Amino acid sequence: MKNIFKIAIRNLFRYKRRTLMTSLLIVLGIVLVIVFSGVSVSFKSMMIGSITDSMLGHLQIHKKGYVSSIDNLPLHLNIDEKGIKQLDNLFEKHKDIIGAFSYRIKFGAMLSNFQETTNIRLTAVQPQMENAACPRLVERIIGDIQNTSKFIEKGKIIIPENLAKGLKLKPGDEVVLIANNKDGSVNGLSLKVSNIIEGLLGPSGRDGFVHIDDAKILLRIYGEEINEVAIRLKNPDKLGGVNKLLTDELYQFKNKQNTPVFELHTWADLSPFSTIAAIVDLLIITVKMVLIAIVLISILNIMMMSVYERVSEIGTISAIGTLPSKVLWLFMAEGFSLGIISTIVGNVIGVLALFLINIANIHFSFGRMKNILLETSIAPTELISVSLIVIFITIISSLQPALKASRMQPVEALRHV
Amino acid sequence: MSLVELKQVTKDYRMGEISVQALKDIEIDIDKQSFVSFVGPSGSGKTTLLNLIGCLDKPSSGEVFVNGTAVNTLSNKEAAQFRGQYLGFIFQNFNLLPVLTTYENVEYPLIMVQNIKANERKKRIMHYLDAVGIADQKDKYPSQLSGGQKQRVAVARALVTDPKLVLADEPTANLDHDSAFKIIELMRQMKRDFKTAFIFSTHDPKIVKEAEIIYTLEDGKIVGKKIGAS
Repeated sequence: MKNIFKIAIRNLFRYKRRTLMTSLLIVLGIVLVIVFSGVSVSFKSMMIGSITDSMLGHLQIHKKGYVSSIDNLPLHLNIDEKGIKQLDNLFEKHKDIIGAFSYRIKFGAMLSNFQETTNIRLTAVQPQMENAACPRLVERIIGDIQNTSKFIEKGKIIIPENLAKGLKLKPGDEVVLIANNKDGSVNGLSLKVSNIIEGLLGPSGRDGFVHIDDAKILLRIYGEEINEVAIRLKNPDKLGGVNKLLTDELYQFKNKQNTPVFELHTWADLSPFSTIAAIVDLLIITVKMVLIAIVLISILNIMMMSVYERVSEIGTISAIGTLPSKVLWLFMAEGFSLGIISTIVGNVIGVLALFLINIANIHFSFGRMKNILLETSIAPTELISVSLIVIFITIISSLQPALKASRMQPVEALRHV
Repeated sequence: MSLVELKQVTKDYRMGEISVQALKDIEIDIDKQSFVSFVGPSGSGKTTLLNLIGCLDKPSSGEVFVNGTAVNTLSNKEAAQFRGQYLGFIFQNFNLLPVLTTYENVEYPLIMVQNIKANERKKRIMHYLDAVGIADQKDKYPSQLSGGQKQRVAVARALVTDPKLVLADEPTANLDHDSAFKIIELMRQMKRDFKTAFIFSTHDPKIVKEAEIIYTLEDGKIVGKKIGAS
């Protein structure tokens, strides 16, 4: 086998310019895939990180049927004390995989500055739990937060930026929240604006934050009651497995009608960004398809030319007793060597390009996120997958010309001029 | 037992609608360690005959025995194995592999065909390179050698596998007069030294005289057999 590769590599260098051009084309294809994957996957991971770490958490638990009517922010689908206890036990059991969780009450209310009134969506949280489950939420809050575990205090409200502008509110101003409780009666609560919060993707957000105890007073909730649990995993890469595990375990909790009490959703089920993430994945697949086409056509072309130019040589080696299988291997090894060399060079240049992008300190903006540093990275598995694709396609595209060479009749090949 | 025996061999080629008979009722017996020449004008069937003996082609009818094996019945793979084991080839255009050095060209059949171990390989290669007088050129590539030197490498490559028979199709056609005689002389010496039979084709009357047995072909038929001057 060593000698087959020695001859194959020498044959490649026999037509230096042609080999170099083909190799360059494959290298460019690999670099394109690595750079595109490195940038887009990093962008995607960063966006997913922002969404999960500052808003959704990795997983959310609601009472069955809540998500389908989430736009109404219903209060009759709250999880009661018994349910909270069941969840507490579940989280305790899986504390090795669950990093943190936050109990929330989401509700709709009217916000008034005593002159104008508008509607607002509020998330009532226990700040320490929320900060643990969504540690980057505080990054969206404008102004200094002394203690991130106490980013919202009782009697205070954090209002979204666009509502603050519309109602001309600033920190320290007093507002009134008016909300219906689940029985339909209306209650009001006077609160002080503590901070303004930026929307995650744009200026259209109407989400504010209050302390969970204030929400209970406003909504006249006595005892423990919530309607959303945000969960942060210790290892987000294991989301799929944890989702399945918790789904199975939550399914065990049944109500009197013997139907499941809870429902579990991943961040992707709840965020429209999952569509963008899917498009990014699709684009990466498209770029890989382009790479496959480049490798397939270039290797097939060079190997076909190689076979046609060396018909007489094939005749000679066949005549002196080289078995057809060895003739096949000789040409397969030639294509394979070209693929391997190009893959190694392409990987090195691609990773180097990502490194150069990182040290170039490129910044960009996305939605409300300004001055984001483009930090590219590529997983070793992605490099391996790109390399395997190229090598596999190299083998496939070398096969036809190699078979043609191995099936040549020596007498006809020797006659070839 | 004869080394090569052809019985009632014919070979037809189809060229579109027309069938051309390249060989007609060939009957040949060649003994071991012979030095035989096929002579005749272009198109007389010399190369076709060598191809049949060399298991590179199959007759349309008749039987071809080489070293006791009916080679006309062998499959492609069996024929390749047979060639690798019992036959050596020398070509008009030398047909050396341009990416391999002199040493590596002679080594090629030992690695790719006979799978000989490294120590034994080296010994054999140097022995044959010495025998054909080209050992000092062992690291040169074919493009760095003259025609005569290339054909010497080809002779060494043909002999290195210890074949029973070496087939040479117009081995001197691309050589000048002096080199041609030296190659024929080399082949004869190799036949003596290594007890290998040689069959070569030529249309050069001066070269023909060097053979022990001369078969003359015309229009696909053997029209004469005579003992050569040597």
